[in-house]
Amino acid sequence: MAKTILEIAGLRKTYGPVEVLKGIDCAVHEGEVIAIIGSSGSGKTTLLRCINMLEDFQDGTIRLDGEEIGYHVDASAGRRRKSERDIARQRALTGMAFQQFNLFPHMTAAQNVMLGLVKVKRLPKGEAHAIALKWLDRVGLGDRANHYPGQLSGGQQQRVAIARAIAMNPRLMLFDEVTSALDPELVGEVLQVIKDLAAEGMTMLLVTHEMRFAYEVASRVIFMNKGVIGEEGNPREMFLAPRTERLAEFLKTSSFN
Amino acid sequence: MIAPSFLDQLWLARHVILNGLGITVAISLLAILAGSVLGVFVGLSLVYGNRWLRLIVRAYTDIIRGTPVLVLVLASYYVSSAVGVNLDPFSAGVLALAVFCSSHVGEIVRGGLQAIPKGQTEAAKAIGLTFGQTFAYVLWPQALRQFLPAWVNTAAEMVKASTLLSVIGVAELLLRSQEIISRNFMSLQFYFFAGALYFLVNYGIERFGKYVERKTAIPS
Repeated sequence: MAKTILEIAGLRKTYGPVEVLKGIDCAVHEGEVIAIIGSSGSGKTTLLRCINMLEDFQDGTIRLDGEEIGYHVDASAGRRRKSERDIARQRALTGMAFQQFNLFPHMTAAQNVMLGLVKVKRLPKGEAHAIALKWLDRVGLGDRANHYPGQLSGGQQQRVAIARAIAMNPRLMLFDEVTSALDPELVGEVLQVIKDLAAEGMTMLLVTHEMRFAYEVASRVIFMNKGVIGEEGNPREMFLAPRTERLAEFLKTSSFN
Repeated sequence: MIAPSFLDQLWLARHVILNGLGITVAISLLAILAGSVLGVFVGLSLVYGNRWLRLIVRAYTDIIRGTPVLVLVLASYYVSSAVGVNLDPFSAGVLALAVFCSSHVGEIVRGGLQAIPKGQTEAAKAIGLTFGQTFAYVLWPQALRQFLPAWVNTAAEMVKASTLLSVIGVAELLLRSQEIISRNFMSLQFYFFAGALYFLVNYGIERFGKYVERKTAIPS
């Protein structure tokens, strides 16, 4: 068995009185590609955001390479949020791509990719620029390095955003419905980039509505249902022979077939 | 028609007028500078301050913005001397305008920062930037572009508001013009001339603003 990268235990997250995550346990091993599926409101995006501490959570632990994310938990002092500096450092260990791309509009594609390399990793500008160009090239945008986000199509913007995250050399990539905001004809180019990364052994968690893609690329599928993991397994079993009523129902209404 | 005698009088009064114009520009510049610096802190407090700071600063801006500038000018001059702080008219006037300016700039800064989509902060966090870095490299540059037009507008308002300092005896352009008129009774001509000078100053500010806006525009 490959090395465990991410370990989630008893994760709970509430927004006021609403419990969004009701105790999630899961482990991610090196090189795994995990697709998280489920209807909206099932907590799949929230789960991803907790891993990157974009959301605080109330209970449970998330460990990345054995290190607790976001909180100190010890028996005597209880549970304390880590310092912002610590959390910022931990966030850099995971990369995230968003539904809305969230590129910095006042920077070129290359500057978007370089920002984290220069300011967080403290690389010299020249080296950062070379890395940025390398990754932009890898996502097929080597010739767009000096374009601003406003001059790029949605699909191109999302590929820049993925390059920006990957360039930081994260232990784990999180993709949050990265194709949901794209025109149908632009979805393919983004999925291809993700597929290539998966083939190179990048460990990733992707929340997606692209069932066909999940089926083809994922090594494991997690079905989220009302804040818990409803079912998980390899995509073949999951999609072709769902064990639970809920998953069968969900797959019927989704676009898999 | 401009009578030849107006040009004679204008020539005679040239030093007085230029002096008044200089004072007007000095008042405006100082008020805009001090008001903007203070205003940035006001804006930051409104966006990032804790509850108490926000409450206090909110009260400050609402009170200042709800008060006529003339009242602020008079209050700054007379109240300060009543409580034993002796400000000369120039300083008192600049202080009043700077305070007024800060409340407006504060609102502009707040609006500019809050108009930035939340995703920008999240993306910055996700690559590991600290809050300070996120602000400096992601939020502030975008907010600046967003509030530049409103800020130029406020700067022009300050130039116009500087005329109010004439009531506490600051010898700025309007007061100087009035003095000249009391000697030669050419009220129409000299008021018009003063008006033209104010227009020129503000037109210059506006052109400069447009220039900066063009220079900093994000290509799309």
